[in-house]
Amino acid sequence: MEIMEQIKIDKSIDLRGVSCPLNYVKTKLMLEEMEFGKILEVLLDDGEPIVNVPRSVKEDGNKILEINWIENYFRVLVRKENLDDS
Amino acid sequence: MGLNDEQIERYSRQIILPHVGGKGQERLLKAKVLVIGAGGLGSPVATYLAAAGVGILGIVDSDEVELSNLHRQIIYSSDEIGKKKAISAQVRLQRVNPDIKVIPYVLRLNSENIMEVIKDYEIIVDGTDNFPTRYLINDACVLSRKTLIFGAFFRYEGQAMVIKPGEGPCIRCLFPTPPPPGLVPSCQEAGVLGALAGVIGLIQATETLKLVLGIGEPIIGKLVLFNALEMDLIKVNARKDENCPICGEKPTIKELIDYELFCGMKSATRPTSP
Repeated sequence: MEIMEQIKIDKSIDLRGVSCPLNYVKTKLMLEEMEFGKILEVLLDDGEPIVNVPRSVKEDGNKILEINWIENYFRVLVRKENLDDS
Repeated sequence: MGLNDEQIERYSRQIILPHVGGKGQERLLKAKVLVIGAGGLGSPVATYLAAAGVGILGIVDSDEVELSNLHRQIIYSSDEIGKKKAISAQVRLQRVNPDIKVIPYVLRLNSENIMEVIKDYEIIVDGTDNFPTRYLINDACVLSRKTLIFGAFFRYEGQAMVIKPGEGPCIRCLFPTPPPPGLVPSCQEAGVLGALAGVIGLIQATETLKLVLGIGEPIIGKLVLFNALEMDLIKVNARKDENCPICGEKPTIKELIDYELFCGMKSATRPTSP
């Protein structure tokens, strides 16, 4: 919790209950609108979503700062580092 | 972000693509593409462009659906024989994607009306089956500096090229004038493997989407030649001709020409779809 509190979250998206790949699409669209270096918080379900979304976001060139298990879902912090804004 | 939830879901598999994203999808939704000829080429072109979310899609065709069209003109059903193609295509495309606007033009293009029809569109797709209309479209696109996606097929072979006036060759750079009537087999005589029309149409649809999205290398000055029997696809360089009668340095053609029609009398009323 200490580390989490040090990171300033710029935007947040709750994708619990949203299935693959729509959760990734929504994450991608959100990141597109953000400036380089800004932090996006993504809430994801266990299973496919937590396996797929962070991997795809990373493949796009963004950085996963943290993945935390919170009760029954995951909280992922992504730093926008992708320069190709499309 | 201008996409609603339904759009995000409908287009999710292409928004996901590298270099498309929400901005690419918005570009598609703002695009205006005109498909001339709703036949063997126009069917796949229009269907994929509609499905991809090209916002304004114009369809030009003056013909009615015939039984002999159905083996390759896959946008139509057997119960639509006798109906106007442009209208049937519009109904079908709006069912594929109600999110876009499809505008039918039940007319035959000629030197008098073509400029008015194409003026609202950015990209023109040639899905015609006859030389007079092809040359008319080529000239109209060169004169109005519009990008033209050329495609043609014959029996088991087909061709495609992107014509961007000023950047690469046009049809007249390759073949300055249409062949004289009678020298080429008429559309009825030639025959075609239906799936071949699909291959060429999909090359045209792909190039159109690439141009709208601004991705990849458009086949400007590259003539794609496809042979279905050998399953060969090659690209040959096509040079811009500085003496081209329409896009050369000293153009001799300054106004549009209505050439004589080819495929006999019947075609005078039904020439626009392969």
